[in-house]
Amino acid sequence: VDRYLLIVSTVCFLAAVVHTVAELRAGVFRPMRFNFFAVGLGFIFQTAFLSVRGHALGRCPLTNLFEVFVFLAWSVALMYMLVGPLYRLSLMGAFTAPLVVLLQGFALVAPIDMSHPVKVPANPWVEFHASISTVAYGAFALACIAGVMYLIQERQLKTHQLHSIFYHLPSLTDLYATITRLLWWGFALYTLGIASGFFTGHPLPRVQVVAAIGVWLLYATILQSRHLRWLAPRWVAALCIIGFSVALALLWGITFTAGMPPLP
Amino acid sequence: MNLFCIGLSHRTADVATREQFAGSATAESILRQTGCAEALLLTTCNRVEVYAVSQPRVSTDEIARCLTRRINSDPHDYAPPFYRYEANKCVQHLFRVASGLDSMVVGESEILGQAKKAYESARTSGAVGPYLHRLFQRAFRVAKHVRTHTDIARGAVSVGSVAVDLAQRIFGKLSDCKVLVLGAGETSERTARALISRGVSDLRVSNRSIDRACELAQAVGGRSIPFDDWAAQCREIDILITSTASETSLLTTDKLAPMLRERLDRPLFIIDIAVPRDVDPRVNEMEGVYLYDIDSLRSVAEQSLALRRQQIAAAEAIIAEHVADFFDSISQGLNRPPQTTERPSLGENSLRAWEL
Repeated sequence: VDRYLLIVSTVCFLAAVVHTVAELRAGVFRPMRFNFFAVGLGFIFQTAFLSVRGHALGRCPLTNLFEVFVFLAWSVALMYMLVGPLYRLSLMGAFTAPLVVLLQGFALVAPIDMSHPVKVPANPWVEFHASISTVAYGAFALACIAGVMYLIQERQLKTHQLHSIFYHLPSLTDLYATITRLLWWGFALYTLGIASGFFTGHPLPRVQVVAAIGVWLLYATILQSRHLRWLAPRWVAALCIIGFSVALALLWGITFTAGMPPLP
Repeated sequence: MNLFCIGLSHRTADVATREQFAGSATAESILRQTGCAEALLLTTCNRVEVYAVSQPRVSTDEIARCLTRRINSDPHDYAPPFYRYEANKCVQHLFRVASGLDSMVVGESEILGQAKKAYESARTSGAVGPYLHRLFQRAFRVAKHVRTHTDIARGAVSVGSVAVDLAQRIFGKLSDCKVLVLGAGETSERTARALISRGVSDLRVSNRSIDRACELAQAVGGRSIPFDDWAAQCREIDILITSTASETSLLTTDKLAPMLRERLDRPLFIIDIAVPRDVDPRVNEMEGVYLYDIDSLRSVAEQSLALRRQQIAAAEAIIAEHVADFFDSISQGLNRPPQTTERPSLGENSLRAWEL
């Protein structure tokens, strides 16, 4: 039953993508209400899926790569629901939906929904560590989306070629401020996630620790560069995209190598 | 009842012809002279149109005679290119006009205000009855629908408004922006005023003639800067409007580069409306600098117009739906007395006409 909930959720997000593409092709771009509704509905089904799965497992549903991807997609949608209306970034829904479809589509199609061979007892620290880190990834994902929006808007302004979407994107200054806020949110949550990992009472796998610290350092460098004005906003936006791609690849790596020897 | 529209516009007549028919008639005089039950006169710089309802058919010549400024002259003398739309064609035409589809600048919104004014004037004089009331109320709704559901009114189409529009796309709120006007020309003054109208409060003016700079600064509520100091201002300002008569580039990459290093995280929007240009075009390649000269501003205006034209099909589809719906409702509704909410606050003449 839970997979059906996820399928319905994916269809909702897909509807937002199709709607956006159709409107872009028609040259009439009015994504606001429909996209927010579609993403909102998709979010409800995502939450329902995670709730059902969580009840079945008796713990936070982050036990395999399938659940990690769905939880990440949920975090992205959650961040959008929080950030979108707050910063009047309704168009962000048009950019968020494809990422969620991609994450959930992959989770549904790839054979990664393997049930855990040993039923490990629930540990609140492990659950807190895993869930908060994934929500932090959601913030990084949204920073990446805002980065894409920034680069599109910046490119149009530089080349003097303005398309229909230009009039719906927020200003460069607003986008840059949003990127910064999302990076700080993500970084704070991720720091909390890493720190809580040390309280789990379990030995930590070496690769996971190295990868997590690598991602933390990457975002710390981006934020430091932004704070000290070493980088122009365009480069910060580009680094948000690169950073999230790297973080996503490492997340996959971390989950695959979860069985490797722990730190001494 | 016949519902019709007779008129001429920028599409069918030049301004010399249009002015022969503008300004002399009123909705009341048309009612008096033609025996129409209801009439409304829409006169703008681009069109003179009469919307009317009559029991017997009123000819185009009769309406033209009412409109003409030359007493006792036959409109056939100038063979004015009047068009005539009846029934649903009339409804469709009005919806297109109100939505800005028939305007010289597609999507402009001034026409809606003018149509509302014309309706109000005719209503006050009692020349509007239930037919035209419903027609115009629906037209206003359709215009709003078209504007909110298409991009027909998106983008600026004049050089000054393009500059302001672009500034908003870069900075969002303009209230915190610092603007420097270099060269106190007419276009830069207009652009500066447009920026002030959108919230800019920190405006500086620099000119070779300090007197002219002070004069303009005073006029727009800014402050003057000695011409020798303008370049140093680039460290602080967000928007530079330049229009001097200099024969050589005043701002080059070499001059700007050291200042940009100090403001790496803040964009600089440069509007160069001088010919020859005041700013080296290569400045646009610099990080965080957005340079628009007069040609690029015009190009953006043309792109906005092209974008608006792309929206015509979508707008026409919305209008077609409304025309069909309106005609359905009016063909049913006009065979019965209008409901209280639909009835306009009519003058005595119209109420009598309705009762008749």
